[in-house]
Amino acid sequence: MTDFSEELTRPGSEDDQVEISAVSGTGMHFPWLQEHLDAVATRGKKKKEFAQTTGACLSFIKEALLKHQWQRAAEYMCSYLQILEDFDSNKRQSATEIVWKLGSEVLFYHPESSTETFNTFADQMKNIGVLNYLKISLQHALYLIHHGMLEEASRNLSQAETWRYGEKSSSQETLINLVQAYKGLLEYFSWSERKMELSKLDKDDYAYSTEARNIVSHSWKTSVNFNALIKTPGVWDPFVKSYVEMLEFSGDRDGARKVLTSYAYDEKFPANPNAHVYLYNFLKREKAPRAKLLSVLKILYQIVPSHKLMLEFHLLLKKSEKEEHRKLGLAVLFGLLDFAGCTRNITAWKHLASYLRQILMQNHLAWVQEEWKSRRNWWPAFHFSYFWAKSDWKEDKDLAYEKALIAGMLLGKGCRYFRYILKQDHQGVKKKIKLMKKSVKKYSIVKPPC
Amino acid sequence: MVPYSHRIPEPKVLVSSFRPEGYYSAPGSDVRCPGNEPPHSPSACGMELEEAKELKERCSQCDAISWGLTEEGKYYCTSCHNVTERSKEVINTDIIPNTKIKYISRGLKRKSKFEKGWDWYVCEGFQHILCQQAEALKTLGVAPEVKNEVLHNFWKRYLQKSKQAYCANPVYTSRRKAQVLEDRVHHSDWTNGPELLSDANCTSCLESGAESQSDVPAPKPFPAPKAPQSEAASVCSGSVDGIEYSEWKEKGVVKMTVPGTLALCYLSLLWQRETVTLSDLLRFVEEDHIPYIKAFQSFPEEMKLYGRDKGIFAIESWPDYEEIYKHTIEIATFLDLPRFPDITEDCFLHPNVLCVKYLMEANLPDEMHGLTHQVTKMTGMGDVDSLTFDPIAKAARTVKYDVQAAALIVVVLKLLFLLDDKAEWSLSDLAEVHNEKNKTDKPWFNFRTWYQVMKKSVDEKKLKWEEARAKYMWKSKKPLYFSHIDKSVAYKRREMVVNLQKQFSALANSTPTVEKKSPSSFQFRWAKDDPARPCFHGHSLQGVLLKKGPALVTKNSLYWLSTQKFCRSYCKHVTTYEESNFSLSYQFILNLFSFLLRIKAALLHDEVSLIEKKLFKKKYSEAKKNSRSRKVKR
Repeated sequence: MTDFSEELTRPGSEDDQVEISAVSGTGMHFPWLQEHLDAVATRGKKKKEFAQTTGACLSFIKEALLKHQWQRAAEYMCSYLQILEDFDSNKRQSATEIVWKLGSEVLFYHPESSTETFNTFADQMKNIGVLNYLKISLQHALYLIHHGMLEEASRNLSQAETWRYGEKSSSQETLINLVQAYKGLLEYFSWSERKMELSKLDKDDYAYSTEARNIVSHSWKTSVNFNALIKTPGVWDPFVKSYVEMLEFSGDRDGARKVLTSYAYDEKFPANPNAHVYLYNFLKREKAPRAKLLSVLKILYQIVPSHKLMLEFHLLLKKSEKEEHRKLGLAVLFGLLDFAGCTRNITAWKHLASYLRQILMQNHLAWVQEEWKSRRNWWPAFHFSYFWAKSDWKEDKDLAYEKALIAGMLLGKGCRYFRYILKQDHQGVKKKIKLMKKSVKKYSIVKPPC
Repeated sequence: MVPYSHRIPEPKVLVSSFRPEGYYSAPGSDVRCPGNEPPHSPSACGMELEEAKELKERCSQCDAISWGLTEEGKYYCTSCHNVTERSKEVINTDIIPNTKIKYISRGLKRKSKFEKGWDWYVCEGFQHILCQQAEALKTLGVAPEVKNEVLHNFWKRYLQKSKQAYCANPVYTSRRKAQVLEDRVHHSDWTNGPELLSDANCTSCLESGAESQSDVPAPKPFPAPKAPQSEAASVCSGSVDGIEYSEWKEKGVVKMTVPGTLALCYLSLLWQRETVTLSDLLRFVEEDHIPYIKAFQSFPEEMKLYGRDKGIFAIESWPDYEEIYKHTIEIATFLDLPRFPDITEDCFLHPNVLCVKYLMEANLPDEMHGLTHQVTKMTGMGDVDSLTFDPIAKAARTVKYDVQAAALIVVVLKLLFLLDDKAEWSLSDLAEVHNEKNKTDKPWFNFRTWYQVMKKSVDEKKLKWEEARAKYMWKSKKPLYFSHIDKSVAYKRREMVVNLQKQFSALANSTPTVEKKSPSSFQFRWAKDDPARPCFHGHSLQGVLLKKGPALVTKNSLYWLSTQKFCRSYCKHVTTYEESNFSLSYQFILNLFSFLLRIKAALLHDEVSLIEKKLFKKKYSEAKKNSRSRKVKR
């Protein structure tokens, strides 16, 4: 367990620690040295026992939390709170955060704790360190949301939103944006509830249009909350998703597209596969041209080649007229099946089997060989082992059939997987196996048909 | 005991418009009773109501000539409540030399502006703490003479030696002149005549207990601060001389500190040969039976504490054995105390008696006492001269009685069991076999079972001790702050912590686990019938002793020295203790006793080495010779 109080209190003293470890790293043992170094660190003054015992108290609290002894933790919390009166203002400051984190943990799990206790605790902690106000408010709101008190949470967030202390610093700004966004998320929740009710109404109903109009205006108001946050770099998936949904509902397709495009393509934002997924889904809904869809998926393919959208990508590529696209379509399938999570994905295997056949029929043997070259030495053990043959046959005969076909095509008739499936004398698949044998004979890349 | 001279002017009643900052007198000349109004507070009230007729200027806001005096001694207009920057003292410049008055009046303003409290001196604070400590000692069962006679006299002597009071010629003459001048101007009713303090009068102050503490401050021993004007703006203190005291450096003077009060207490206990060792005293402090850490908390409400006082009275560590020990010697030499009463064989602090206590505490057989007695005799440690504290002697040194007794037991254990991680276990095997066979006889002492019992109990006790320490509440009910700017923040913070504590204590176990233990000089309780805490006191040492003629000899004939060579340089330690160099049994025993005494194991190791040095004088001198002859050969 790392002593995070130390970490917090000594942000800039990493060099000291390096020094100490370097000294003790020589294999010699100087028991007095540590003391000496400590004395240097405290400028010759003995470390006060107040610091020592509160440190011990902290570790007792951590231990109690680990063991889920909430009462014991509360007991030690009582004593630990005196650190808030430490004469050292730096320590006091870092202690506030620790007290908040540990205290909220205790109050969250303690059987006798209630929302009221938590609220009073949070309200008190908010006012200790001005720097912590927003963070604590936000966490407080999350606690309330967790307990289903959405209105209280929203009120809390509105309060935090209007709070200012001194000059607005950059860290404060992001926090305020985040507070606003969470408030927006809460409003989105009520909005989508109303939308649900709307869908129950008859479209010809008199009330329908007014209600729909109300909802639109509501969404317009809510979207303001997201605006600021979404512009700052970061991963804001839930916010973006709900924002876009509301924009789309109110008919602002351009706005939605703009948000999604910048979320996916802005270089300041961290790479985020979901951004591309959202954009793709949006474009699909919009029935955008295939080229546009392909370009989005291409990026996603580069980030997450195992994404389930890759099958859609493959289908799109397959249909393309460009040879280069069709070649990529093969690579996408192979890439997808490289991942252990996709080994039993029957659709992927089916696609691969049919596509291999199609490509070989079109005499693009070189494409297959190119893909196979790098996989030749590990795919047999990874996909086409005897073990897999047995278990696949037992669990999913269709899958086994597809895989056997591919194994036969890629590895030849001698492949164990293929032979095992071939040997299975099953009434239902006799015909299939016959077909399989035929196509393997025809397309196998190992033994070209002669 | 010691003749004191005390000719100090003493204020009786103040009827003036305000009090001077530094009126002085000896502590103990006036008794403040609980509930009684302090003698000068009526005048402080009168001050606010008093009309000031000497100012004839018109008010800058409403042109009225109707001035009143504010608490701070400033004029304010009674019709429009406009407060001027002018204050009363400055206006009277025609009477008093300007410079001195400025200083004095500023001091007063500083005081009354922020805090309405008494003018008190730092040494009064210490006196208050000493008083409480002595009272606590009395409730612990110490003879009342410790407080009324010994501690009181030591304290008076300290004040005298450090020239804070009870002396004919204190260092503050220059300030006094200004004071007297000031007095004449404003306090015509002052009984300024010097008064001889009687000893009986003084005793009453200490006797009267903590609450009825004397409020009359001692005179200031310090020369006027170098740059009071600039300093006073940022630095402040609740006591009159807090700033000067914290900057006071004078060669040859031992400044009183809070740990120093414990040293004084210990000196008094030692003088009276009370049955309290230094480690006991410190343990009582740690267990909160003797006020120390938050001792200032029980100062009277009017004794305000802030700013520099914080550095003087706020303590954030428990007393350390060695530190207090050093303090004790330092103060005793500073006070120039005569030789202390003899520590004879019937005294509690004599090794013979203390060893019995620690043998009982450590659950060791009573028979070992004979051996400790013998070792004491052989080493000459039982001599009155070596045991009695004599501060006037050339190298003033007092025996660490408790550590010494524990070390004696360790030496005896080493003699009996060798403690090399082998001999003690094979001897235990023998004892086990013997005890199996002879169940009716007095059982042989079995080191192994003793170790198992002790290890378990000590570990439990240690854990409890650590938990209690972790839960210790260091902060006082009265928050301390650096300056007035912090004051409201400090109080708010205090309030908030109290609120939070309330909240969490409601969620804690309803039954508080750390109930205050009643003080006891024993930490363990061993009982014959209790299977969890079996008692080894009655076990016999037959298994480890051999009969050789009329005498008994230890079965184990080997011995190893804890220290081969002593450090002979001028650094103060005799030897070093590196745990990993020693056998596990030896480590265990050192840790056991050092836990009982709440000292570092190294300190006990030092003491063991010193006893061995005396016990095996020959060996050491031989070793010295050998090394010398070797050197010659080379």
